[in-house]
Amino acid sequence: MRTKTTVSLDHGSGGLASQNLISNLFLKYLTSPALHELEDCAVLDEHHGKIAMTTDSYVVDPLFFPGGNIGELAINGTINDLAMRGARPVALSLGLIIEEGFSMESLEQIIQSVAEASNAANVAVVTGDTKVVPKGKADGIFINTSGVGIVSHRCNISGTQAKWGDTVIISGSIADHGITIMSSQAGIAIGGDIKSDTQSLHDLVAAILEEAPCATHVMRDPTRGGVATTLCEIASASKVEITLEQDQLPIKASVNAACELIGLDPLYLANEGKCLVICDSAQAEKILQTMRQFPQGREAAIIGSVTGKAEQGRVTLTTTIGGKRLLEPLTGEPLPRIC
Amino acid sequence: MKCADEFRSRDITGPLLAELNNCLSRPVRIMEVCGTHTMSIFRHGIRSLLPEGITLLSGPGCPVCVTPASHIDAFIRAAELPDVIVATFGDLIRVPGSKNSLAAARAEGARVEIVYSPMDALELARKENNKKIVFPAIGFETTVPTIAATILAAEQQQIDNFFIISAGKTMPQPLELLMSDPELEVDGLLCPGHVSAIIGANAYLPLAEKYSLSCAVAGFEPADILAGLLSIIKQIENGQPQVDNCYTRVVSDQGNIKAQGLINRVFTPEDSEWRGLGLIPGSGLKLQEEFAGFDALKELAIPIEATEDPKGCKCGDILKGLILPPDCPLYGKRCTPLHPVGPCMVSNEGTCAAYHRYSEKR
Repeated sequence: MRTKTTVSLDHGSGGLASQNLISNLFLKYLTSPALHELEDCAVLDEHHGKIAMTTDSYVVDPLFFPGGNIGELAINGTINDLAMRGARPVALSLGLIIEEGFSMESLEQIIQSVAEASNAANVAVVTGDTKVVPKGKADGIFINTSGVGIVSHRCNISGTQAKWGDTVIISGSIADHGITIMSSQAGIAIGGDIKSDTQSLHDLVAAILEEAPCATHVMRDPTRGGVATTLCEIASASKVEITLEQDQLPIKASVNAACELIGLDPLYLANEGKCLVICDSAQAEKILQTMRQFPQGREAAIIGSVTGKAEQGRVTLTTTIGGKRLLEPLTGEPLPRIC
Repeated sequence: MKCADEFRSRDITGPLLAELNNCLSRPVRIMEVCGTHTMSIFRHGIRSLLPEGITLLSGPGCPVCVTPASHIDAFIRAAELPDVIVATFGDLIRVPGSKNSLAAARAEGARVEIVYSPMDALELARKENNKKIVFPAIGFETTVPTIAATILAAEQQQIDNFFIISAGKTMPQPLELLMSDPELEVDGLLCPGHVSAIIGANAYLPLAEKYSLSCAVAGFEPADILAGLLSIIKQIENGQPQVDNCYTRVVSDQGNIKAQGLINRVFTPEDSEWRGLGLIPGSGLKLQEEFAGFDALKELAIPIEATEDPKGCKCGDILKGLILPPDCPLYGKRCTPLHPVGPCMVSNEGTCAAYHRYSEKR
């Protein structure tokens, strides 16, 4: 069979080339029976509980980075968004917008990663769509994934639920994804153990809910804007003051060094496989130990607490030398410094 | 980064703070000149730990902040020319000129790329050899040597599509101007660590003598800054103003002779407009005649047109240390990091941005 090396407009036309792409590439890696029916939509099995639904688009640049690529990022990101409300993910969609001339080999690598991430998480891609746009109208490939999950517990896990006295836990080292992408964009080869942390968290979340039902008040994955911005959103929604301890923040030495070099604050850099848990302080130790039993949570740490009520919401940091400073939400893109 | 961690340890900063508290017998006003100092002071919460009698004023040491709107307009004009790519430090891209910013121009179709060093801009010129690459050359003595080295590299490699808009500035002249201002009561100067690495600690001797100014050259870690402040307080208390180099692991008395040579090889002093401070004789750097071919203003016929500062903006007074950001009528209202009016709100190292990001005062 003649293999084309790049994606052409024909591949998105719905005609023969589209069908070939679907059967030779997508169905080769993505094996769910619902997808293989090739119907206009997937019909899922019956589930008991409330339905959670989310969607996210992925436009990361570069598409391939240390620790992963856009494909697994899209799968893990959407799974994590469902998990953060305590939902058990059951199905995903995969929408691709591809630029004409995109390398077929890269596409195959991305779909392979989608399949691996989806298999590892045991959440199937059940429906999909592909569009190809003329050269210059997109940047390589954009991916949209939507996800459906089931909420079977009765707890209200939400950004509005942080309470005075609660403990703040992070599931592992912060800023890994953000610094990986920023240093790739800047063409700075930092090396060491710096790589994206993209991974799914729903198993870890399920264990927390099993171990300490309803003691978890808030869960969030601190993606864009990082830990600081995410906590600002929570503090504002819950009308509380959150205080973080700089000493306690798990940040890899290499990530810290890279941040110093480029002039970025790790608290504002994206994470793609970490979650913040704000929980009843009496259950915090138990939840921490539960998290640490998972590879995704091995470096989980208590990083602060909810220290009061605040109508506008407020996040403060106790610095290493004992000083205090406010943490504000990120504004605009994080800019590298010049001197 | 282990070495930086030691300068952030409470074991070291605790005793320094205790000594600061003991030494201080009267209120003092100290200017930290450098934007990186301003940021570090906020970032580590140093203000919250200092005794009340110490007032810290932020000086004109953020190159983005002191670049006048007329220059920003010129950078934008360059980006709007056909076949031109402006390759700039990221800090500049949201800085408002008289009408818009490089970011706004980019959104409307101008080619603006962010680079982390002038050498990256030269590399871009090599790759995009059918385009003209313009690098807005802003910065103080710290940044200018690498710009000079880039010009020399471009000449040696005969890259003829690389240009700069020379907007480099030097630090001693504005400090002299500020210290001679009777309105500004400053007892001590926390001298900029990076600039001093190039120009040397001795560069501040005339200031210390002429204005009985207590000076300390300091690095940027909390322990560095506290050691610098302590030295200044001791000098004030003893009535013996001098220049104390507290950053000897980086700064020498004479500075970096090789870097100074690079600056002088490629640039020559000229009078320069500072945002907020006005025209300061001899404080700018223009290309030597020999390198005039790299001057984007000449080669691409880009005019520099005089502009007026935005109404109500007090960046000038803030850069002079006359008022603090919350005293500006626009601060936190019309002027925020998301919608900056003045330059001090834009740059990461701008005083207003630092206040807005880190301080409780609104």
